Amino acid sequence: MVTLDLDTAWDLHPQVSVRPEPFGALLYHFGTRKLSFLKDRTLLSVVQSLSAAPSARDACTGAGISAADLPRYQQALGTLLASSMLVERAS
Amino acid sequence: MTILESRPNARSAFGAPAGTAAAPPKPGRLVDLFEYGLDSPICLTWELTYACNLSCVHCLSSSGRRDPRELTTDECKAVIDELERMQVFYVNIGGGEPTVRPDFWELVDYASEHHVGVKFSTNGVKITPEVAQRLVDSDYVDVQISLDGATAEVNDHVRGPGSYDTAMRAMQNLFDAGFENFKISVVCTRQNLPQLDEFKAIADKYKAQLRLTRLRPSGRGADVWEELHPLASQQRGLYDWLVAHGDNVLTGDSFFHLSAYGEALPGLNLCGAGRVVCLIDPVGDVYACPFAIHDDFLAGNVRSEGGFQQVWRHSDLFQKLRTPQTGGACTSCGFFDTCRGGCMAAKFFTGLPLDGPDPECVRGFGEDALTKRKEVDSIPKPDGDHSHRIPREPRSAGSRPVSLTLSLRRPESPPVSACEDNPLAGFRP
Repeated sequence: MVTLDLDTAWDLHPQVSVRPEPFGALLYHFGTRKLSFLKDRTLLSVVQSLSAAPSARDACTGAGISAADLPRYQQALGTLLASSMLVERAS
Repeated sequence: MTILESRPNARSAFGAPAGTAAAPPKPGRLVDLFEYGLDSPICLTWELTYACNLSCVHCLSSSGRRDPRELTTDECKAVIDELERMQVFYVNIGGGEPTVRPDFWELVDYASEHHVGVKFSTNGVKITPEVAQRLVDSDYVDVQISLDGATAEVNDHVRGPGSYDTAMRAMQNLFDAGFENFKISVVCTRQNLPQLDEFKAIADKYKAQLRLTRLRPSGRGADVWEELHPLASQQRGLYDWLVAHGDNVLTGDSFFHLSAYGEALPGLNLCGAGRVVCLIDPVGDVYACPFAIHDDFLAGNVRSEGGFQQVWRHSDLFQKLRTPQTGGACTSCGFFDTCRGGCMAAKFFTGLPLDGPDPECVRGFGEDALTKRKEVDSIPKPDGDHSHRIPREPRSAGSRPVSLTLSLRRPESPPVSACEDNPLAGFRP
């Protein structure tokens, strides 16, 4: 299991497209040709705000995620990182 | 409930790797959301032409001859524009043999420029070393070579003389160019199921990925289904093989009817027709799925007002398909939740009721139902036949010379010039 560092700045991989859906979103990576599903609109807002946020933690806070829920979102972002959907951004 | 599903049950539905065993049923799983359909398909199949150099006996679209009404280059580009707007990430392009369209590469380039990925299926006829090199350089293009036997004997029986060599040459060209992870697509038949390990060896040799799909009684497949479809005794072996190779073999979510053998196979376990997938045929007709080319599953045409988006979002047929599936005769079966009564098209074209068991139901209910069919004559026939008018060479080895009778007919008038553009030239009422 990949653990994502919440205090690092992250970005979507440039080859990843996001398609919002009522249930969350579809993510498609044109390089790996893999698809992921976000099953939650809050996670979608986190993912969409990563590139502008100084850190993943800030993106989560900005999306209104409580401290109690944070580990769950950190784990979800870790899964995205493991499938190369996210890349570290030089901050 | 998880908030992210990066190895979703749905993944193999679009050709991504089959994953680990499907998650147990739970509220809020994707499959339940998908039953109501999506605003855009996850991926779709687009058959670009009915023209084909081969005459495979199981062709889903009964291809052979081009249809004069096929979408023009500009119309195809308009469809791509629309797919881009709808954020359809990629299309599975097939045919016919799509690469024989003169504008094929132009359309592939256009799709890539417009962020619509392309995976195209080919028998390999146009995959020269130059083309292979060009494909390596593109991020947006994936290739799938069709091969229905690990040996020429088994393959050519279904796909025609010489087709095995054509496919192998294409694979060699892709391999030499360094195109890794292209797909080798196998339709599983009674004759080739004993060759699964050999197929895997071929895929490994060319650094390709094996994709196994189910034989459907669709198109010309209806004529040979009885002869080619796997025996009940072979299905168990296929299931075990798929479970053993899970991660490395794609299935296009073909085999969810086999889930009744035990644990569910990775995949959507849902008929995605009109919900998350569909088919656009060469003349722009939109069908619920590639295996259901019949009026009953025709939702509309991309040439009509509102285009593809209108058809996808508002056609009566797709609205109707986006309701939770009821089990009918299968409701009481303990495996309904994973098998879902199997494939709609397989039932339809074998004359079985859509709310009953799949003809290849692993519990044998399908075979029962087949023997109890009332009128075999009333089985629906696939619509549209573009087969070559002249039958292919015999399917058995050892073709004989063709006898020709040459005759001389003296023309009554001089031949019309090839440059004549009057459509009535040479016509004498």
